[in-house]
Amino acid sequence: MAFQEPQTSLRFPLVALIGNPNAGKTSLFNALTGAYQKVGNYPGVTVEKVTGYYLSQGRKVDVVDVPGMYSTRPVSVDEEIAALVVESGVDGRRPDALVMVLDATNMERNLFLFSQLAESGLPTVVALTMTDLQEGGVDVPRLELELGVRVVPVVAHRKKGLQELKSAVEECLAGMPPPMLELGYPAALNASVTVLRENLAQEGVAMEDSRIRQVVLGLVPPPDGFPPSLLSLLKAEQASLLGKGLQGKMLDAQTRYAWAGKVTRTVVQKGTFRARVVTDRIDSLLTHKVFGLGVFFGVMYLLFQSVYTFSGPLMDLIESGVGRLKDWAGPPLQTMPVVQSLVLDGVLTGVGSVVVFLPQILILFLLIAVLEGSGYLARAAFLMDRLFGWCGLNGRAFIPLLSSFACAIPGIMAARVMPDQRSRLVTVLVAPLMSCSARLPVYVLFIGAFIQPVYGATWAGVALFAMHFVGLAVAIPVVALMQKFAIKGPRSPFLLELPPYQWPRRRDVLNVVLTRGWIFLKTAGTIIFALSIILWALLFFPRSAEADARYQLDFVAKSAAGTVDTSLESYVASRRTQDSYLGQFGKAMEPVFAPLGFDWRIGTAVLAAFPAREVVVSALGIMLDLGGEVDEESPRLREVLQQAQRPDGTPLMCTTTAIGMMLFFALSCQCMSTLAAIKRESNSWRWAVFAFVYMTVLAYLVALAVFQVGSRL
Amino acid sequence: MEPADPRTILFRDLALGMRARVVSVLREDETTHRLVEMGMTPGAEFELIKIAPLGDPVEILLRGYRLCLRKSEGGAFELELLGA
Repeated sequence: MAFQEPQTSLRFPLVALIGNPNAGKTSLFNALTGAYQKVGNYPGVTVEKVTGYYLSQGRKVDVVDVPGMYSTRPVSVDEEIAALVVESGVDGRRPDALVMVLDATNMERNLFLFSQLAESGLPTVVALTMTDLQEGGVDVPRLELELGVRVVPVVAHRKKGLQELKSAVEECLAGMPPPMLELGYPAALNASVTVLRENLAQEGVAMEDSRIRQVVLGLVPPPDGFPPSLLSLLKAEQASLLGKGLQGKMLDAQTRYAWAGKVTRTVVQKGTFRARVVTDRIDSLLTHKVFGLGVFFGVMYLLFQSVYTFSGPLMDLIESGVGRLKDWAGPPLQTMPVVQSLVLDGVLTGVGSVVVFLPQILILFLLIAVLEGSGYLARAAFLMDRLFGWCGLNGRAFIPLLSSFACAIPGIMAARVMPDQRSRLVTVLVAPLMSCSARLPVYVLFIGAFIQPVYGATWAGVALFAMHFVGLAVAIPVVALMQKFAIKGPRSPFLLELPPYQWPRRRDVLNVVLTRGWIFLKTAGTIIFALSIILWALLFFPRSAEADARYQLDFVAKSAAGTVDTSLESYVASRRTQDSYLGQFGKAMEPVFAPLGFDWRIGTAVLAAFPAREVVVSALGIMLDLGGEVDEESPRLREVLQQAQRPDGTPLMCTTTAIGMMLFFALSCQCMSTLAAIKRESNSWRWAVFAFVYMTVLAYLVALAVFQVGSRL
Repeated sequence: MEPADPRTILFRDLALGMRARVVSVLREDETTHRLVEMGMTPGAEFELIKIAPLGDPVEILLRGYRLCLRKSEGGAFELELLGA
């Protein structure tokens, strides 16, 4: 192998990793680039662009991990991007070489894609993966001969073959011609292509044979610059081919597969794949008619249990950390009460309330990455498709909706697995209906205060379970309505490959967890940071020394009369809240909340919770004169909720209003981060606004029905 | 071994363990085109290896890999039954 001197060009070469889904592309990318990775977005769409680099011959080689594709004729967003990278590049850069990741256990279908990529005109190296699972082995020299490119067997997680792959890439970059394949198209088709090529040349248009063939077969429309004078010739050639029984669109795939089958038979020794035998055995249980569903529900149960069990201590740790941060930041700011309040009550409380969910999200993504890496999630989608079909959803929506039970944000991000834009959008829009972990404090508080004391622990448990089910149940008619009116179209196809089971790779799992965690912190953190400050300002202002003095006088008068039983501090805090902009707004909104059985205090707490629903617990504490330092387990808050009265002496809340309140929280979209995520994923504020409006209206109507019916029983 | 008299069969009538060969493509919609690109070309043979607990979708072994599809999607192909 003759190595050339390092290139002196200004930019580093760009290599695109490309291949079928499940071919081991991401593992190879992780092994090649190690820690040097960057996750961004492709311009204009929300497909993630993962780039990185490795060092070779004293300079960087940039690598882009192209989304998996089955064909260069795209059907999903991911594939559109992949096709675009090959066709014209991204960010104005076309790859200098392709590394096609070829799964040795799935030769024919992978070679189909190779035959298409060979027409891109880019020099190509084949990285042959899964060779350790291919019992008979692959005749690599023969495969190189058949494909006309270097073929390097790699085992990414053992770092085997990486050096050889890098050398092969260098050879490519030094100037290897792109592969030329003889696919064996029918002679009549080749004749038509030749006729057209010659006629195009006469018109001064140069077009590659492969492109002309696609036009003749009707796979792509005639491109811009195709002389209109030749359109009739094109039609005539197409008609003559059809007359010979050479069906247009399918002929191309048929020819490519015939070629791929021939190559596979030459290079693969007959024999079964080890992985397939193991996979068959596991599958006979995991997708079994009866046991399959049992295992499925068991796995889901364990998943949620682990999310709650393991995240608890970590969440406590974060909370106490935020508390300590407040203790540390508070004293030095004492001389500036406004700044102190901004930092403590605004920024730290607001951002802290989001960061506290990080452990749940990390654990959930860890478990999902493990399930996905092992191949089980594809089986779960297979089991669920029919069930989801009844609500018009695709079985693949199962993964995003499952994630949404922990937090809608990762769930919305996971909707990228959907095969088409329409079903992806529907999934994104119903994901926030799933009962996320931030709703839990609300349920715990109200069930603890109004259900458990009256009906006992068993019914409290049932109520908690039921609350988690409400969103899922409501999602069914919501999806049906959305597909009827807002997002029309037929049910999306369910074509899903079931990859062989394998042990998830530690590095790949870790990579997913860290990337997701970081994206969550960035998306949620920035928005929540800004909103925390706004909410804080609405609760803080207007404030004046005169008003404070007036509150203190009122307190003295009231405690003398014995009508107040809180400390001076919390009394003043609550009066300040009442007179704040938000408190005034809450009072103005009282007529809106009255039909739900909420007075202005509860209404204000609900309004305060719109940026982040878990805020409602501390907001209720503030509104009910206990101060903001209460949580859902506080016996004091429960007691006050049970005993609080309206000015006319009737109880503030009862079981009916408590149920209405919980249902309101179950269905409404009180989460700014979610709206930001919807905007990010759908690329428009329109759908974020749509989600907010439909969920809020729905929540209001349900709470209204509960109170209006319940209070008359 | 091929049966002497190849029998045409509908995709939805395939039972577990049956093997079939694609004879021709009956529809030219997007999903069907994708299925052809995934290997369901005329002449391709496959085996029905799993039916989901609720009867649909099904799993087939095609060109050495496992593909799930709905029965309705498989209906786009004219099939002939091979020996089980």
